[in-house]
Order: sequence, then structure tokens, then C-alpha cells
Amino acid sequence: MSESKKYGNLNPESTPNIDSYTHVRGESVYLDDIPMVSGTLFAAVFDSPIAHGKIKRLDLEEALNMKEVVRIFTAKDVPGVNQIGGIIPDEELLAEHHVYFCGMPIALVVAISEEAAKAALKKIKIEIEPLPVITDPREAKEKGELIIPPRTFNLGDTDNAWPACAIIVEGRSETNGQEHLYIETQGAYAIPLENGGIRIYSSTQGPTAVQRTAARVLGLHMHQLEVDTTRLGGGFGGKEDQATTWGIMCALATYHLKKPVKYSLHRMEDMRMTGKRHPYSADFKIGLDRDLKILAYEATFYQNAGAAADLSPAVMERTLFHCTNSYFVPNVKATAYSCRTHLPPNTAFRGFGGPQGMFVIEAAIAKVAEQLGIPASEIQQKNLLNTGDEFPYGQIADSEANECWNKAVKLYDLSKLRKDIDTFNASNILYKKGMALMPICFGISFTKTFMNQARSLVHVYTDGSVSVSTGAVEMGQGVNTKILQVAAAIFSIDPSLVKINTTNTWRIANTSPSAASATADLNGKATEIACLEILHRIKMVAAEEFKTIPEKIEIIDEWVYAHGEKTAWDWRRLAFETYARRVSLSELAHYTPPGIHYDLKKEKGHPFAYHVYGTAILTVTIDCLRGIYEFDSVKVVHDAGSSMNHMVDMGQCEGGIVQGIGWMTMEEIVYDKEGRLRSNALSTYKVPDIYSVPKQIDIHFLETKKDSLAVFRSKAVGEPPLLYGLGAYFALRNAIKAFNPSADIPYDAPMTPEKVLMALYQKKKLPETALS
Amino acid sequence: MVRFILNENIVETALPPGTVLLDLIRYHQHLMGTKIGCREGDCGACTILVGELKENHLEYQSMTSCLMPLANAAGKHIVTIEGINLPKGLNPVQQALAVSGGTQCGFCTPGFIMSMAGFCLSQKPATTQNAIAAIDGNICRCTGYKSIERAAVKVAELLKDRKKEDPAQFAAEQQILPAYFAGIRQRLFEMHNSNGAPVPVSADPAFFLAGGTDLYVQKHDEIPHASVRFLFDKPELNGIIKKGNKCILGPSVTVTDLKESTIINESFPAFQRYSKLVSSTPIRNMATIAGNFINASPIGDFTIFFLALDARVNFVSQGNPAKAGRTIPLRKLYRGYKILNKEADEFVSQIEFDLPGKNDLFHFEKVSKRTHLDIASVNSAITLSLDGDIIVNAGISAGGVGPIPLFLEKASRFLPGKSVSEELINDLIELIQTEISPISDARGTADYKRLLLRQLIKAHFITLFPKLELTKLVFSA
Repeated sequence: MSESKKYGNLNPESTPNIDSYTHVRGESVYLDDIPMVSGTLFAAVFDSPIAHGKIKRLDLEEALNMKEVVRIFTAKDVPGVNQIGGIIPDEELLAEHHVYFCGMPIALVVAISEEAAKAALKKIKIEIEPLPVITDPREAKEKGELIIPPRTFNLGDTDNAWPACAIIVEGRSETNGQEHLYIETQGAYAIPLENGGIRIYSSTQGPTAVQRTAARVLGLHMHQLEVDTTRLGGGFGGKEDQATTWGIMCALATYHLKKPVKYSLHRMEDMRMTGKRHPYSADFKIGLDRDLKILAYEATFYQNAGAAADLSPAVMERTLFHCTNSYFVPNVKATAYSCRTHLPPNTAFRGFGGPQGMFVIEAAIAKVAEQLGIPASEIQQKNLLNTGDEFPYGQIADSEANECWNKAVKLYDLSKLRKDIDTFNASNILYKKGMALMPICFGISFTKTFMNQARSLVHVYTDGSVSVSTGAVEMGQGVNTKILQVAAAIFSIDPSLVKINTTNTWRIANTSPSAASATADLNGKATEIACLEILHRIKMVAAEEFKTIPEKIEIIDEWVYAHGEKTAWDWRRLAFETYARRVSLSELAHYTPPGIHYDLKKEKGHPFAYHVYGTAILTVTIDCLRGIYEFDSVKVVHDAGSSMNHMVDMGQCEGGIVQGIGWMTMEEIVYDKEGRLRSNALSTYKVPDIYSVPKQIDIHFLETKKDSLAVFRSKAVGEPPLLYGLGAYFALRNAIKAFNPSADIPYDAPMTPEKVLMALYQKKKLPETALS
Repeated sequence: MVRFILNENIVETALPPGTVLLDLIRYHQHLMGTKIGCREGDCGACTILVGELKENHLEYQSMTSCLMPLANAAGKHIVTIEGINLPKGLNPVQQALAVSGGTQCGFCTPGFIMSMAGFCLSQKPATTQNAIAAIDGNICRCTGYKSIERAAVKVAELLKDRKKEDPAQFAAEQQILPAYFAGIRQRLFEMHNSNGAPVPVSADPAFFLAGGTDLYVQKHDEIPHASVRFLFDKPELNGIIKKGNKCILGPSVTVTDLKESTIINESFPAFQRYSKLVSSTPIRNMATIAGNFINASPIGDFTIFFLALDARVNFVSQGNPAKAGRTIPLRKLYRGYKILNKEADEFVSQIEFDLPGKNDLFHFEKVSKRTHLDIASVNSAITLSLDGDIIVNAGISAGGVGPIPLFLEKASRFLPGKSVSEELINDLIELIQTEISPISDARGTADYKRLLLRQLIKAHFITLFPKLELTKLVFSA
């Protein structure tokens, strides 16, 4: 049965983000907007000024004597376990004897005003005996500083494959980190409840992580902690694990003081104390036959995990899963090291290690292409995954890679694009254009199989209005809109009758974070099940009333039909009558996608519910005098399945592309050798503004009707589009080469205007710096 | 007491006048639609509108409330997102953004709406380009801006029937903004006539504060508690005057004042292009030229601009305002990194420079990691006076290549008496390399800055002398 017959209309083309009304009126509530309870105190964290050292002395006296300061908490005030590590217990909430990164929390000041709390920070004195600082992941690996043992994915046998290769290229690549720069900074607000309970309002993607970790730190049961999240002003992974710290800080103060405590971080505190996208260094070796078929690929990844595990092992795993991007390579050996350094623990960021893995094979392909003097696209195209091909981890591809590629080449007339660029480059000295194609493939599911579960609690009230609670956190990705569409379509009622509630650990327990692009799938499917269950029961009621069987009852646009005939009951009457007959109008449903499994010992399995594919063509123009550049266009064919909300999905594509381009171009994280963040404010860390985005972004959805595990067959769209942005780096390289064909450009992203200019004039025998 | 109209109501506050408006709005007036993103004017989430009577006209500008002292709000109309909401439903600006999908997480959205509303209240022609320019100070991390651009097209469309009407009247009549906007001009007028006490002048100020766009970034925690002399809203400190070939700027002249000045635009035909490279609309509305000089950043864009013009700066002393001030060339103002040739009680009373004449050429170049809304890696300006083919006078400045904004003395002396050629430029570039001492920092390595300045010098000449042979310049050195 098709979806449209089974349910009411999803309105995929005309459902705007349900929050847009309050957003544009400034009425949406974020953490710092929650009306404050009288007596609220304010917290601020004193953090380490040094990246690695032993705490010799901590002098809080002067700060404590300030008249508005209430208390200052340190590690010894932790009633439970001073431990916030999620995957591995290796991270203290508050440093006890040692500090491991600049920005590591040491003390928590609580005062009667935010200003007083911040002023007190300046009065805290600390003496730290410095210890050696490592910022480079390769150095960490050499010294045996690994978060977990290395992992290796194998397919075929690379050793046997090299002799058959006509060309073998080796190289090294680097990708830098990326600051999430959610415009709403991290924060939390804790309020004491009776019997020692605490409610924590948290700007988190993972309310359960806050609850579970706070319970451990405070020595409470999880049921004593209510974590509530209305929405986030952006997350991008940065609030998946790292929102937890601030929630617990507030809860710790509330636990002791029995007072409401709030902490909304200043931007510079946020940038200094929280982790970012993992920088990676990698070595690669690739071998192709005469027909440009990739026969073998080896890669070694050095992940810069920072000072603690955080989510690094999972991020590292996804790097391996995506190390061959959307290509079939019969012989693969990929090894990854999660290297412990003295940077803030790096964490989830849209793509979750996948982009870092894909960059390396794209660099390898580009290097081969440059050596052969052919466009990289010739190699890319010949090696795209076909349905039935095996990924290095054993899953068999159900591929749309060729469909997307071929459609893009045709729809956007690749040969004309290429010709226009050649003509332009031949006739311009000061400006050069470059182009790159970027095919993508991204697996959808949490790679930790057990996390692929969700629950939805649906209530129909006697007036016919519906409330839905799930574990999904709305952070701009439109998940609440999609869940609302599910409920409205199944009941065939107006969307205004459906309300999506805050994400709350007392309504929905044991949730997975809103991450891995899977939130709408998991929570949407759970909502679908709950709604269908209620629908079934109310149809029974209607069937009894209209003396027929439930299968002959339909609800269409808020009216009850029996045998296709409109009855006297509308939706509201039906809801009331169901209640009056003592039939439940509520349902808690559980969903877990079938068929996914993974064997860590063999590193084989079927970890993903499905994959998302696509191809982008990016074109850039560089100003060869100044080294600056503008992207002319990004033209995409994206595997959307059957998009259930065009505006939301389009928005995810456009936003992801620009974020990906930002990572590859202007977003440059700078730590000095002492592990101090130099790009520590918006004035020194630049994200795309309205003038720096591509002049044109065209997105075409490859609409497929194939069955999939996606909610309403509308494929996950949160992370995959970011990967198109990788093409920005390669388009820039090609433009530089058009000006300076001999430039030997390291595979080192981001390609800032500085790197562009240096490459444009490389080997032009620049004079040494000291002429004087 | 500072008194102003906040949205529809008069507000009188006893908070220190150096308190930033953002804190009053959010934590004293409990208007939570104005968001905090960075507190340094770099994200635009706290954008508000400031309406001010100027010669009987009511003029609105967007500003970032995180960097704006209460003192600078006195006697004005301050508008937050709550002040542009219609009682019910969405106004057409809000509608445009909502239907275009221009809002995802929504946190930056009020700032965008305010900037767009500011566009509707400005005199600027109703083009898409201008609508987009109005939001050049707003950062969105979710959308990738394309949907916001589509909204901007719709917003420009809203104004297409506006003729010569007062923008606020038009917006109120067309129900783009609430009806009360139509009465604001009169109310401000009355408020001025019944003017309350002005912001007191501190006898011994710790800070002279004009636009505040840099001072609040550096000293945000100190200013509210310090004695501050506010300079922004003093009519006697404002104005752009032409006297013969001289131009005189009051010290509270903002970048936007320059952008909108006929004198400036006639003398610097590319001024709009230059100023687009300098910060963003709300910051340009607040930032003063004098502030840019005194902030002493080695990469101050307008310091570099005016250094090449050999501008003069006049100081008066706070303690003795009657005393005629002293005048020094701008190039003598800087003694070392952030060290000024200025007494603590002195403030800028006037800036004077010679306007380029018909035999003069001027150009400004700037490169930053992000082309707009960013601080320069390197910037440079050049003035050349020509007699036929011969250079008779030259001024070249460069920022980001030393501890102070540099007037390149040797280079400026090198050019006079010579005619422009590719060889001359290449010689000049080599000479300049001996005058600079860049360091590696977040804006680039020393090597990069050296190379970049070479390129910007070439860019000056390529722009000013289109007949130069490109290959001899581009591939030289």
C-alpha cells in the first residue's frame, strides 16, 4: 500500500518549520530565556590556564571573600564520582591533582550575579607545575598515548594487490578541526525539587547523557533527575556529549545549596573549554590498474582526540566506515589511532569522523589524477559503488552513487561547465577557476548498534488535540516538524492539532542523543507506531458504533468515514467517544530498526540501516593577485529518498554544504605549541557570512520510491550534505594549478587565503624574509 | 538617568550609563528576543534598531546592542524584535523569512529580522543588493544563507512602491511594521524639548567612549563601573565639512557617515567598495574614525586609509576644553604597539586631511581570511599626486606588518620624481620589504604577510594604472 493511501497527506512541499512563527517573532525559548526562579544563583567555571601540569596550590580565599560570592566548589565537593567520561571513564568533572588541557574546569564559582561570579574568577590563584605538552597526534602515537587500541578494517588483501597495480601513489594529508559555533552557547539551569531531586534545563542534544552522568557525579538515582530541553540554538554535535559538563556543574551547586543555579557560557569560555571536530593526520597509499580502477587502498589515520576519550572512539570508528567514500575498492586496509593530546577533548561534529576519512581517499585520488594529468573525476566515476558491492566492513551496498553522478553530469552539463572554465582560464591572468566533483556516501545509524532505539509517547486528548513526546531534540534540523507531520498524517488531522513537547527524561527515558542523522528516522518511526496503535483502537470504537469492522473505517480530514460514507462523527467526537468507552487514547511505542548488527572482533557486519548518496559539482574563482576566492556554484544531485519535507531537507542540504565549505576554506583552528587556543573568539575564528557563500547552490533531489528504513522513505539528511563541502578544497587546488601548474600543494585543509596565496607563488623564488 | 523610547514605551534607567544596552534589554526589561551570541559585535544576534532625530528627520540604523552603552541611547528610539511584532500574525518581513525557510534553529533569526526591518526603515533604494547588505553583520550557522537571500528578495519587493515618503511612515502605513512607528518622530521631538538631564560628564574619566565597538570588546567588565566620558552624541563632535581642498571630520563621525557623505563619495569614487570590506553594517553605524585611530590596532582599516592621506589629528584636553588643542600628523600618533602620542586627558576633537584632487589617485586594499566582516591580515592604502606621468607626491600605508599602523616613509619618499612602470613597482616592493616587520599570529604567518603586502602594492598599481603589463607584475619577483 502506498503511503498516501495508508495515511492522510504529509504535505511535503508545504509544511514549513513549525517553529518558524515563534522564531521570527523572537518568541522561541532557549536556555537563557527561561523565566528565572527568584533566588537564582549564577555559576562560572575557573579553568586551567595550562595544558598539562600538576596542581600545586589552589587559593580560593580572596575570591570567597568577595561579598556576592556564595560558594566555590572543587573536586572534593563531588558527592558521587568525579567522572564524566561517557565511553571511557577518563575525564574528571573538576580537575583534582592534574590538568590535561587549557580550559579544563578546576573550580566552580557560585555568586548572586553573573557579573560577581565572573569577577571572582579573576581572584582565584593557582600554581601549576607544568608538564610536557603534546598537541600533535603523531607525536602522541609515538609516545604510546592512545585512547583505545588501534582498529583495522580489511577487505581483500592489499599486499597481494599492489603488484597488479599500474600506478601506485603514496602521500599524507591533514584536516584541521572545526569549531561548532552554534550561535547559542552552552548552558544549563538547575532547579531544586523536593526530596533531593533536581530539574536540569540543558541545552543538550543528549538529555539522557546529562541525566545519567549527573546521577553518577551526584550519587543520585537517575529518577531523581529531570532533564528538560525545549530546543537548541544550534548543536552540530557540539552539544551531544559536551553539554553534559554544564548541566552537572549547575546540578552540583544546586545539590549543595538547594538553590536554582544557572550558567550560560560566554562565547570565549565556550570556545576555550569545549572540544571541536577532530583534526586528523593520515598516510595513504593507493593503487590503480590501467583502466583507472582502484585495486588497493591503504590508509592510516591519526586522530587528534584531545585529552580524554569523549566520543573519540566512535568518531574514529566512523572514519574507518567511510574511508572509501562512495567507491568500491576490492582491497582495503585502513588503520586508525585515537591519539591522546593536551587539547580540549574533541567531540562529535556533523559527519562524526566520516568527512575526515573521506578527505583522505579524495586526496589520494586527486594525487593520482595530478600525476596522470587527468581530471580526478575520471577516476572517481570509474570506481563508484554499484549495488551489490561490498564495503570494507562487510555490508553490501544498495547504491545510488551512479544514479546521482550520472544525473548531475547530465542535469548540470558537466562538459559545458568544464569547457567554460578552460575558456575562462585561457583568457584571464588575474583570475582562475577550478572545479571539483564530490560524490558522497554516508551510512545512517548509530554505529553502536544498541543506540538505535527510540520511544514515542502519544496522547490524544478528549478534544482531539494530540501531544507527542519523543527523545528527539530540536536544534534547527526540523525533526519536530517531521514528527508532527507523521502524527498529523496518520490521524489525518490538521497539524495545528498536534503539539510536540519538550524533550524530557521523565516522559521519555533512556534516549539516544539527537545525532547520527538518525533522529527523525528513529523517533519518527516510534511515533508512527504509537499513532497507528491509537488509530487502530479508535477505529475499533468507530466500528462498534457504526456496526462494521475497523478495516472499513477511515479518518479523512478530521471526519470519520464508514464504508466510504461520511458519518456524523468528526475526529473530536471520535476522541471523546473513545475515552467515554474507557479505551486508551495514549500509547508509548518503541522502535528499533531491523537487520543491523556488527561484529567488533571481525570488524564486519551490517551496521547501517541504509546509505545516503549524492554528487556535487563545485566551481570556484580565485583572485590570483590577492589569494582570495569566491565559489561560483555548487550543483548537487542528492539522494533524498522520498523527501517528506522539501523545505527542511533543502535547508539541511544548503546549510550542510556551506558548513562543509567553511571547514575546507576559512575556518581555521589555531592552537599554539603550549596548547592554548589562539582562534578563541569570533574575531579570530571565521565562519561563512552571507557574502562568502557560493553565489549559486542548486540542489536536485533524486527522488526514489525504493523501500528503506527511513521514516516515510524520507532519507536522513542531517550530516551527508556537509560532505559535498569537501569538494571546495579540491576545486581550489585545481584553480591554483591553473595559475601555477608546478605548485606542490600539501593535502592540508582548510585551504585558507593564506595557503592559496603561498601556493600560487610557490617556487617563484620569493626572497627570504630578511632583506634588511 | 538615561531616558529613551524602548519599542512603544519610555524607559528611564538609573543603571550606569556605561552598561551595554543588551543587558538592560534582556535582564532588566526582560525582552528575551534579543539574543547573545558573542558579545563582541561579530554575530549580530543582538541587533537592534536605533532611531534618531536628525534635523527633524527620523533616521533608523541597526546596531549591535552588546557594544552600545545606555548613554548612546539617550533621547532615541530603541527597537527590539518585540517592538516590530504585530499584535497577531507575522509582519511581511517575518513572513518572508519564514516562508523562505530562512530560519532553522532560530537563534540568529531575531537579529536577521531586525537588520531587515532596519533596511525597511532606511532611505536606501529598495534593491535586493541593499537588502542583503543590511544583513551583512548577521551570522547564521544553520541555513547556509541561501534561504535568507531568497527572503531578502521578498523584503526588497515590499518596498518597491515607496516613493519619497518617510520610511517609517511608509512601513507603518503598509503594515510592514506596527502602527506606532508613525508617531515616534513626534514623540522623540517632544522628548527632546522636555529633555531630561544629560548624561553627566565625568571630571576625570577613565575612558573616552565613542562608538564603543572596540572598547567594549576589550574592557566590557570595567566600563560600567568606571567614570566614562561619552563622545558619541555630541553634535559639536560630528559632521563632515569641506574647506577648500581640506576635509574636516568631527571625531564622532562614523564609517556610515563617511559612506553616506557626498564629499567623501565624490573624492573617493570607490569608497563604497572600500567600506564594504570594513566590518559590517551595524558596526559601521557605531564605529567612529577617531576611535579607529585611538584604538591603535596595527591593522585599523581607516587608520591605514587616512595614513596614506597624511591626515592630521587635533586633540583637546578634558581638563581644559577652552585651550586650543594641538595638532599632529596621524603618522606621528603611534609610538609602539598600542602606545600613543597622547596624554591621558586628551581626546580627538578633529581630523583633517586633504581631499584628492583631479591629479591625485587613491586606492585602498584589504585582505582578510573572510573577505567581509573580518579583521585584515594585511591592508594598505596609497595616494599618488601626478604631474603628467611623473609622480610628484606619494603616501603609502600598510597595516598588519608591524607593531603599529605603518606609514611607509621610505616608500613614500622613493616615488616622487619617477614615472610609473612595472620596474618601478617591483623596486618599490623590494624597498617596502625593508620597512616592515610582520609577526606570525592568528591572521597569518610573517611570510604570508610579506607576500600579501607585495601583492597588495601590485594591486594598487594594477587598479590605478590599468595599462600596466600584467604579466610583468603578476609573475615578477
